[in-house]
Amino acid sequence: MTATAAVVTPGATRPSTRRSYPTAWWGMAVLIMTEAMVFVILLAAYFFLRAASKEWPLGGIEVPKLALAIPFSFVLWGSSLPIFWAEAGIRKGRVRRLKIGVALSFVMGASFLAYTLYDFNDLHFGWRDNAYGSTFYTIVGLHALHVFIGLGMNLVVQLKAWLGRYDRGRYASAEVFFLYWHFVDVVWLAVFPALFLSPHIR
Amino acid sequence: MAITEDLPPPPPATEPELLELWEDAPGIPGFFSTVDHKRIGMRYIYTCFFFFFFAGAMALFMRGQLARPNAHVLGPQLYNELFTMHGVTMIFLFNTPVLAGFGNYLIPLQIGTRDMAFPRLNAFSYWVFLLGGIFMYSSFLVGKMPDGGWFGYTPLVSKTFSPGLNIDFWGLGIVFTGLSTTVGSINFIVTIFKLRAPGMTLNRMPMYVWSMLVFSFMAIFSVPAVTLATGLNELDRLFGTSFFVPALGGSVLLYQHLFWFWGHPEVYILFVPATGMISQIIPTFSRRPLSGYLWVAGALVTVGFISFGVWVHHMFATGLPPVAMAFFSGVSLIITIPSGIQFFAWIATMWKGKVELTTPMLFAIGFLLIFLLGGITGVMVAVLPFDWQVTDSYFVVAHFHYVLNGAVVFPIFGAIYYWMPKMTGRMLSEKLGKLSFWVMFVGFNITFFPMHILGFLGMPRRIYTYDNGLGWGGLNAMVSIGSAIFGLGTAITLWNWIRSRRHGAPAGDDPWQADSLEWSTTSPPPHYNFASIPLVASRHPLWDQRPLPFATSGDEADTTGLGAEGAVQRETPVTSGIDTRPEGNLEIPHETYLPFVVALGLAFLFVGLLVKAAVVAVAGVGLAVVAVLWWTWRTEEDLAPPDHQAEAPVSVDAG
Amino acid sequence: MSRRRGRAVAAGLLLISVGGCGGHSPSLLDGHGPEARRVSGVWWLMFVLAAVVYVVVAGFIFVGIRRGRRPAPEDGASEKKAPKDDTFIWLGGIVAPVIILAVLAVVTINTVEAVRKPQNGELRIAVVGKRWWWDVTYPDSGVRTANEIHIPVGRPIDIELTSDNVIHSFWVPQLAGKVDTIPGQSNHLRLTATEAGTYRGECAEYCGIEHAHMSLLVIAEPPVDFDRWLARRDGGAGLTPTSDQAANGQLVFTREACAGCHTVRGTQASATIGPDLSDFGSRQWIGSLTVANTPSNLARWITDPESIKPGTLMPPTALSAAEIAAVTAYLEGLK
Repeated sequence: MTATAAVVTPGATRPSTRRSYPTAWWGMAVLIMTEAMVFVILLAAYFFLRAASKEWPLGGIEVPKLALAIPFSFVLWGSSLPIFWAEAGIRKGRVRRLKIGVALSFVMGASFLAYTLYDFNDLHFGWRDNAYGSTFYTIVGLHALHVFIGLGMNLVVQLKAWLGRYDRGRYASAEVFFLYWHFVDVVWLAVFPALFLSPHIR
Repeated sequence: MAITEDLPPPPPATEPELLELWEDAPGIPGFFSTVDHKRIGMRYIYTCFFFFFFAGAMALFMRGQLARPNAHVLGPQLYNELFTMHGVTMIFLFNTPVLAGFGNYLIPLQIGTRDMAFPRLNAFSYWVFLLGGIFMYSSFLVGKMPDGGWFGYTPLVSKTFSPGLNIDFWGLGIVFTGLSTTVGSINFIVTIFKLRAPGMTLNRMPMYVWSMLVFSFMAIFSVPAVTLATGLNELDRLFGTSFFVPALGGSVLLYQHLFWFWGHPEVYILFVPATGMISQIIPTFSRRPLSGYLWVAGALVTVGFISFGVWVHHMFATGLPPVAMAFFSGVSLIITIPSGIQFFAWIATMWKGKVELTTPMLFAIGFLLIFLLGGITGVMVAVLPFDWQVTDSYFVVAHFHYVLNGAVVFPIFGAIYYWMPKMTGRMLSEKLGKLSFWVMFVGFNITFFPMHILGFLGMPRRIYTYDNGLGWGGLNAMVSIGSAIFGLGTAITLWNWIRSRRHGAPAGDDPWQADSLEWSTTSPPPHYNFASIPLVASRHPLWDQRPLPFATSGDEADTTGLGAEGAVQRETPVTSGIDTRPEGNLEIPHETYLPFVVALGLAFLFVGLLVKAAVVAVAGVGLAVVAVLWWTWRTEEDLAPPDHQAEAPVSVDAG
Repeated sequence: MSRRRGRAVAAGLLLISVGGCGGHSPSLLDGHGPEARRVSGVWWLMFVLAAVVYVVVAGFIFVGIRRGRRPAPEDGASEKKAPKDDTFIWLGGIVAPVIILAVLAVVTINTVEAVRKPQNGELRIAVVGKRWWWDVTYPDSGVRTANEIHIPVGRPIDIELTSDNVIHSFWVPQLAGKVDTIPGQSNHLRLTATEAGTYRGECAEYCGIEHAHMSLLVIAEPPVDFDRWLARRDGGAGLTPTSDQAANGQLVFTREACAGCHTVRGTQASATIGPDLSDFGSRQWIGSLTVANTPSNLARWITDPESIKPGTLMPPTALSAAEIAAVTAYLEGLK
């Protein structure tokens, strides 16, 4: 115990001047860390199984087709751009830009999800066939589930925007959604090369 | 600046308005809807101790069976179920959640705020934990307790070799309770980064808060691995996938990698907060600050990182390439160093301090002596060729009980004696406490020390009986007697705890003359914790800042949460993560049933998966989704815009 | 308290040595081969280091408490004289452990190299972990047995470990450390017995209900005896029933459920679900070392295996008393 009493730094309670995010945004950021870990581990499992087997894909399954996968991947990645635009808009209080950007992003995300479902329907192997099938469907399916949840959040944000619940300083839930949607896109940046491109390299 | 920083305004602690504003509804509605971190924290602790005594009872039954060779106290099936549930309970339903419970209670108080960052999420994580625990324990009702070991290696836990529901209770239960840990950790991280009182920079945080920060980050990055290990196994079981089916290209070792990628960090997830508790108790009763604060904080963070690189030492007998094993053997040796640093910091603290042997301090010293041995045997099992001999033998059982029981449960008991006066306002009896400590300490060593020798004598783990001629009988009898003594010791604390609620001496605000902020408020603290947020200028505010200054709100909207006005509005200040300057105010939500409803929906989902009733599962998901939408719909109202705040302040003095 | 712990350690060491020399417990410190002996050498080195570390650090703790209980000095004089905290933490928490750990790292690498290196002239044995017994084959001669593994003294053995069911772990403490049997991969364990003797082993990985009764014996014999044992199996000697009752037993064995799971070489019984019984009469134990191999235990084992090993996959067999006696006589005669 020191004899001299500590003194509070002058100005310790003066408001911070830096731009800050709401706590909900930080919560989403940490949630994303753990979600990212889910995908990292799943991809690690994919490559672990691949390293242990003589052929890949297993059991004579053909490598994933790229003709549709590549363009729709770019659609998904591109869907982050309207979000950036919407975010810059709402920061200045422009709710209209938010509405347009988010709606555009919804169309792009939904078309990607439609492609994924079409692709699942088109594949000649099943979830249960072997470990390749299990990992492929699980990883792509889990990502698709994230896209689906993102689209649901998108709708909530749009509804709130139309109901006029957002304004210049009040758009926390939109900000949380923006972060989540970027994450969904970034995950595909890892999943797509791993699952669709890497089997072409032998 | 209208902020007074040097004059401590006496907090209106019993201001009836505040109490009315913060108090939960009485009775059952309040019970299911509360979001008060203190009630939730207490609930965690009580629930966990309920499971603790269950797990202890199971251990005593097992020791009854093993006390003599060829005994018939339990049959093999029941024995296997009990050792599985003992491990599952101690890891998933006691150690991890009880540490989260203490964190829930203590973190907001120690960092000087009024609640967690996400109070409803906090309630949610408790309900998930409770329902997850009930889910796993309901296996007792149908007589199908998990029997694959707490670690549940495939293919033993595959549909082929374990067709019953037993394994599903375990696998789904782990996924379910893992959710609670994850959500709780997210809450801890954001709370610690965003809600610290002004002036509490990172290098002034109590060491316990540091330890919970490391706990949370480790959980965030490791829990997905166990969720996937058991979750993918459940996919194999329920939907016929082939992740772990060797004949279809799956790998059983993949399961072990996934499980231990969580499993080893988990050991430190439990150990780190326990050391955080020790780092609060030892300085308090040495009457001097913790030596080497930055060393210890650095050691905790380092352990957090290194613990992700040692998982393979659980797999040394699986026939991996020697080079890989040598690497993990080396890392497993290195991870001792941060623990050594902490150890010598504690010794230095006592060395130069003035030690008072209170009950919490006795538990801390008992921890030091036990953990020292557990740490040493930990180094031994990191030595590859030695591990080949002792892994899966009783030597390892001894080792990890020295670590997980001695070095985690002892600090938790110390924490009960140390913090329960704050939580209930009543002191526990020192006389009973010291008796409990000595009985536990002696019982512990009689129980677990001979197990080292049994390992040397060739006794493998997880056997329900053994033959007469093997020379294991005497030591096993000794172990069984010790376990009864240990159990008696814990029962004395239980009795002491119950007794104190009525007969304990009133604790007062600060019975131990400790240094951290939780001791600045009343015991038990009011629902709003602090009427005014304390201003921190030291690592030891209650030692160095007498009287402790409190903030009053200023003209600027962002700072209204600091003063009593914040308490009036059910708000707490949000501060910047590094320099803890106010950034705005966070509304503390009112009581709500939503967290319970969402948790209930998820419980339906897991029950539906268990009994393969798609309707139940879908209904559960539907319920959860509706509740989540309802929950999130109000987000913007929770964050009232700055211009609205200026109109609203209701001054306590004026009222 | 330190004295009590000291006594406990001493008592423990006494028990280890008693257990080892008495020959009752399969103690890993009672090594009968270079692999186990090297590891017990590593242990004694670690034990000495550990004892020193424990005594020194526990000493620090006690002195720390005692010093800390003296009344605080009026001035800060003793604070100044004592070494700085940081120095203490540095030396105790980093420098000392690094030195000890470096020693252990070198020991680890040296021992691993010595213990797991393939050698010339190895005898190959294939062991498959079953639920809950051990299937043993000598691939070079095709001889098959179960649970009791004969090896020649002095010759390095290469045991190939596999599983077609769950994971088990092969552990004979007096000879070597453990290696798992894992479905989908084959592991190798190398060991040598330097002295003749019978060494008990256990399954060390939890493998289901009867994990406790999955023991094995390694019987190390002088090479001459081992060669004789192997030749006898290989040549099929001892398979012919020696009495009328035994001959009748052979008929019952091949006609009834027995032959559905078991093999006896040279007969129609050639199933491989259960253990190969061609040398059953020469085995010391029944049910993977659950009970001693006596005619009465065998009769009980055949009629009601659950009463001996609850959960065993061997089903009860409905035979008349005379048939049981015949089968028992037959099996006990297979030597």
